[in-house]
Amino acid sequence: MLSKYEVVIGLEVHAQLTTNTKIFCNCSTTFGNEPNSQTCPVCLGLPGALPVLNKKVVEYAVRTGLATECSIAPRSLFARKNYFYPDLPKGYQISQFELPICEHGRLEIDTKDGKKTIGITRIHMEEDAGKLLHDSDAGSRVDLNRACTPLMEIVSEPDMSSADEAIAYLKKLHQIIVYLGVCDGNLEEGSFRCDANVSIRPWGQKELGTRAELKNINSFRFIKQAIDYEVERQADILEEGGRVVQETRLFDTDSGTSRSMRSKEEAHDYRYFPDPDLVPLLVSEEWIEQARLELPELPEAKIERFVKEYDIPHYDAEVLAAERTNADYYDALVKLHGNGKLCSNWVMGEVQRALNENGLKISDCPVTPQLLAGMLKRIDDNTISGKIAKKVFDAMWKSGKDSDTIIEEQGLKQVTDLSAIEPLVDEVIAANPGQVAEYRGGKEKLMGFFVGQIMKASKGKANPATLNELLKKKLAGE
Amino acid sequence: MKITRAQVERVAQLARLALSKEELDSLTSEMDAILGYVDKLNELDTDNIVPTAHAVPMENAFRDDVARQSLSTEEALQNAPAASDGCFLVPKIIE
Repeated sequence: MLSKYEVVIGLEVHAQLTTNTKIFCNCSTTFGNEPNSQTCPVCLGLPGALPVLNKKVVEYAVRTGLATECSIAPRSLFARKNYFYPDLPKGYQISQFELPICEHGRLEIDTKDGKKTIGITRIHMEEDAGKLLHDSDAGSRVDLNRACTPLMEIVSEPDMSSADEAIAYLKKLHQIIVYLGVCDGNLEEGSFRCDANVSIRPWGQKELGTRAELKNINSFRFIKQAIDYEVERQADILEEGGRVVQETRLFDTDSGTSRSMRSKEEAHDYRYFPDPDLVPLLVSEEWIEQARLELPELPEAKIERFVKEYDIPHYDAEVLAAERTNADYYDALVKLHGNGKLCSNWVMGEVQRALNENGLKISDCPVTPQLLAGMLKRIDDNTISGKIAKKVFDAMWKSGKDSDTIIEEQGLKQVTDLSAIEPLVDEVIAANPGQVAEYRGGKEKLMGFFVGQIMKASKGKANPATLNELLKKKLAGE
Repeated sequence: MKITRAQVERVAQLARLALSKEELDSLTSEMDAILGYVDKLNELDTDNIVPTAHAVPMENAFRDDVARQSLSTEEALQNAPAASDGCFLVPKIIE
């Protein structure tokens, strides 16, 4: 049934910026403090208070605009969006309307049919509202710590045609703004929130269908569920000959369904007008060029460079570049060591495993790129085997000592000396006559058994290459 | 008439103003007069004039991103008609 209709999705993302202070006053934006401990006359909306724009907010918006190929407006304005709600102390939200700071950008996403470009209509700056708590019988409680926190609203064109494409777009956008350092990307704390405009139309129809707006969905998984549910709901209505109503719907994650938000059904009339408290914002060519120079390397470029310069598979590069801190660690490691693939194996393998087990982020990794590179060099020069290296890695993790100290202290130096390995080989061969006979009878798989026994006897320190060579000779009866 | 009584009622409703019948009547004629004056302004040729966004010829007023002391919770709440547990208290909002 669904295939009768084309799905059209546009997304609005609200990203909270990682500034120290609010967008129009000097109150801190720290999350999780006591209610109403981070307010002042400006963010409380007291009469006579004058909002003054935080310059960092503009810098972050410009940076985001450049990274998403937007044009940056030389002149933009702030406007008042008027409505009443208890979490909005002034009775209006300061936002941008006619002249937003960024327009006409785009993002490229990967879909099952290849690359697809999603248009970005606009990016504008605005203030967040406060938080309502419904935990009291006496009424709703209002915490205004979040009021006036800087947000960027990033509005896409209705260019996505499935929930999967919407997720791909959101993940890409999320990755970019976290890379840019303008948003911490924390979905649980509401730093990255999404509204989805969803409509369907019969294939071939030019006009868009009537859309429903799905509000404030804060996880990638729920966005997919909410969109899929909405598409099905609208298709059911059309199939029964009904009409989709334009409305805002709230997705309930528990039941997996959505319901209309009646209070918002009344047609909105925000009566936008330029905010007389805020003067026009001019962004010069020089400012834009400076921001362009300061843009960090973005994931796409990083992946390409890793593949080209460090000679690693595209898959590795993608995993490593997914997060900037991860990519920086890997980058530093390869610069110190040189072997791109060995380094990527270690970062994606042991480092990741240890981080997961200890619930740490790579930025807190006790084994620094310097320590790890030092150890990998000891694998290169045959001081230790790859297997012993894991032991050394764990010891570095726990003690913070460098690998040479650990190898020395724990006597982990690999034994390559034939005269030291030979007695062990002889011992194991003498102790297992049955297996020796089987091996000589053609059961060559047993090689692994012998290697294991001898490794164990050497406490893992025998050099595998030397051991293999010697063992083969002995078993062959030479 | 430039404006109808229904439009005035609508604007009053959006602004959460409860107006009496008399007030509605007088506001309708007052707003009509104001809009008539705006019409007069519309006779001017403004094709090559940038819309005024601000009355003061000034731009780019910025502040640095440095946190300063906020009000204490007690100060923040001191004008609140009702408060509870460090929060402003409003009639129950149910979505």
